[in-house]
Amino acid sequence: MITPKELAKKIQKQEAFASGGRWCAGCAFPMIVRTILAAAGENVVVSNATGCLEVTSTIYPYTSWGVPWIHNTFENAAATLSGAEAAYDFIQKQDEKNLPKFGKELKNKKVKFVAFGGDGGTYDIGLQSLSGALERGDDFVYVCYDNGAYMNTGNQRSSASPLGSSTTTAPAGKEHLGKEELRKDLLKIALAHNIPYVAQGAVHDLIDLYNKAEKAFSKKGPAVIDVLSPCVNWKIAPGTTMEISRIAANTCFWPLYEVDEGKYKITYKPSKKLKVEEFLKPQGRFKHLFKNAKGKKIIEKTQKEVDRRWEELQELEIFTNRK
Amino acid sequence: MDKKTSKQIPIGGIIDKPKTSLLNKTGDWKKMRPVIDESKCIHCAKCVLSCPENCIAIKKDGKRGDVNLDFCKGCGICAKECPVGAITMVEDK
Amino acid sequence: MAKNNKNILPLTGSQAVAEAMRQINPGVVAMYPITPQTPIVETFAKYHSDGLVDTEIIRVESEHSAMSAVLGASASGVRSMTATSSNGLELMHEVVAATPGMRLPVVMPVVNRAVSSPINIHCDHSDSMACRDLGWIQIFSETAQEAYENTLLALRLSEKCLFPSMVMQDGFITSHSVENVEIFSDSKIRKFIGKYTPKNPLLNLDKPLTYGPLELTDYYFETKFQEAEGFECIIDEYTKIGKELSEVTGNNYPLFEGYKIKDAEAILIVLSSSAGTAKEVVEKYRKEGKKVGILKPKLFRPFPYKEIYKAISHAKVIGVMDRSMSRGAFPPLASDIKIAINTHKEGKKIPDVASYVFGLGGRDLFKKDIESIFDSLLNNKYNITKIDYIGVRK
Repeated sequence: MITPKELAKKIQKQEAFASGGRWCAGCAFPMIVRTILAAAGENVVVSNATGCLEVTSTIYPYTSWGVPWIHNTFENAAATLSGAEAAYDFIQKQDEKNLPKFGKELKNKKVKFVAFGGDGGTYDIGLQSLSGALERGDDFVYVCYDNGAYMNTGNQRSSASPLGSSTTTAPAGKEHLGKEELRKDLLKIALAHNIPYVAQGAVHDLIDLYNKAEKAFSKKGPAVIDVLSPCVNWKIAPGTTMEISRIAANTCFWPLYEVDEGKYKITYKPSKKLKVEEFLKPQGRFKHLFKNAKGKKIIEKTQKEVDRRWEELQELEIFTNRK
Repeated sequence: MDKKTSKQIPIGGIIDKPKTSLLNKTGDWKKMRPVIDESKCIHCAKCVLSCPENCIAIKKDGKRGDVNLDFCKGCGICAKECPVGAITMVEDK
Repeated sequence: MAKNNKNILPLTGSQAVAEAMRQINPGVVAMYPITPQTPIVETFAKYHSDGLVDTEIIRVESEHSAMSAVLGASASGVRSMTATSSNGLELMHEVVAATPGMRLPVVMPVVNRAVSSPINIHCDHSDSMACRDLGWIQIFSETAQEAYENTLLALRLSEKCLFPSMVMQDGFITSHSVENVEIFSDSKIRKFIGKYTPKNPLLNLDKPLTYGPLELTDYYFETKFQEAEGFECIIDEYTKIGKELSEVTGNNYPLFEGYKIKDAEAILIVLSSSAGTAKEVVEKYRKEGKKVGILKPKLFRPFPYKEIYKAISHAKVIGVMDRSMSRGAFPPLASDIKIAINTHKEGKKIPDVASYVFGLGGRDLFKKDIESIFDSLLNNKYNITKIDYIGVRK
């Protein structure tokens, strides 16, 4: 297993995602991106959905990317990557003498394909494109950096926004206390395509994320990794990006797990499962829930849902690993 | 960087050089900067991995290197993540 | 059917285009069904299953993903194609706009069909007309033969000028009707097409490119201006590449086809298959001593304003027949003809331009409709300030 030092060295040697980008101070996705690309190895092609990552890393004429990178539109990171992968497959089939210089050099090189999208570009507008690519069995890894809202446009509700969170399109008010629906379960949808690997990771545990990414890239066929990516729009104290992510795992709001060839494995089990309040309280987007009885009910509903999913996950782990 | 004309830039909106963002010294965003107490540092690399700006170098021998304040936005994650409290955020003047 | 050593096959317009695709042997083809385009991708899929092409086929879940995958493949550095019609073209519109922005030489056969709502599967040109300002080369084809050859020409033109091309044919009328089509030898066509060397392949791992970045107020306009300038060479290149193709096929590739226009007093301008019907009327009227002619534009984007002006400026009156409309404005072809005449007249007396809209949703165009248009043009019974809708129950 890779150590933090080894991972840090690998990232800095690869220089796949450079400094100088315009993401907010304390943003989580740079660490996620660097870790995923380190696991992908030297030859990697990136497709990026419209979103914070795309916008802040490529303000012309500046790019943070040290690897081939393409952004098409918001909802088609997966389909765009399918095209790139198909082009790669076509080149692999050709006689070397028929290929232009880049093709000759590409031939017999193993290239990894990775797509990055936010939760808006993945759970919502990009879901169809992603589903198509998963169903076709294209050989790529899709990484969702999940900050639970459309953060690039200023914190609008997505189907990944947590129950009760206040966003600008479902703001907390007197009548409505933020989002009134539960989060969509992206990974269950991904799994319904019978793909070899899905995983949930979080930015505070980059070693766990690296291991998952390595596994994802080793599979023939698609893999999906949903990574918790805390955001300043959660209205958290400066510098607490990793801390809030850790609390998300310790409350089991955001369990760390994988489903490898149909077998569930919870990769982190908190020694003491904290109450979900511990996750909600430090965040401004939930502060209205702590003001009255109505809010308390939403917290209770959130806890119930967290418990249900956590139990389900543990049962699935037992069930899918039975002899 | 001087603004180029339509004849001076590649067609198709392509950026044909990698990592040109290194020309953007985002360090001027910061209000706070990290100060490391070398006597406390255990070289665990946690701060290195936790830095969104990839400011903190790791050396070949696995020891922590210098902090490149040219890119540090002063977010303070490194200070929060340091397991031995070796990093303090101070006002950047 | 080999006649005089020619390989002449009974093919529909769709099959003819699929033949061109087989000869091109693209690296990637994304396919999604939509009437009346479907037979193109079906025919190509059969070629693929029979091992006649080594293309990677991506069977996408929508036209939006079709164009997205084709953009990704083309940027990656291989020849990439898809085909569509009508609402399919509308659904992919966003990515249709992105493709010329990245200067990718995608070639897309479009089988023209009316656009919803109401839903209608038959021919009109509303679909591709809605894309005319996006930065695609647009070539309209009258026959299956033309659709086949235009596809080959478009490929070279796109790769030379680094803009994508749409090659149009009329839904059902051309796409589903069998004609005798001469298919030229694979070896000659492949020699004409040549090997493909992409300008900026994303898959060049030694030179990592950033494709599709954010350009704000400081650079976006420069990139768009490059496109405006880049489009300027297309008319000349079309002619040059057409001459090369002539050497293989023996056919000519003019920017437009003039039929008895040299001494014509009244000229009708119409795209695609309807030009065939119109030519028959011209035959009849010429026998009656009436000086009428037809001009059929082939290259529609870029629009050859000057060349068309020169071909029609001597006429007394021009009738422009559009198979699409622009609510509240003159339809696309009529607008372009009016611009062509008014920007090149240099103080000379200019012909009147009368605008007609016909054939929406596949409404048949009869010879009598064309006769009545010619009659009104020849007898000064037209109104240049209004659009006349032909063949509709008013």
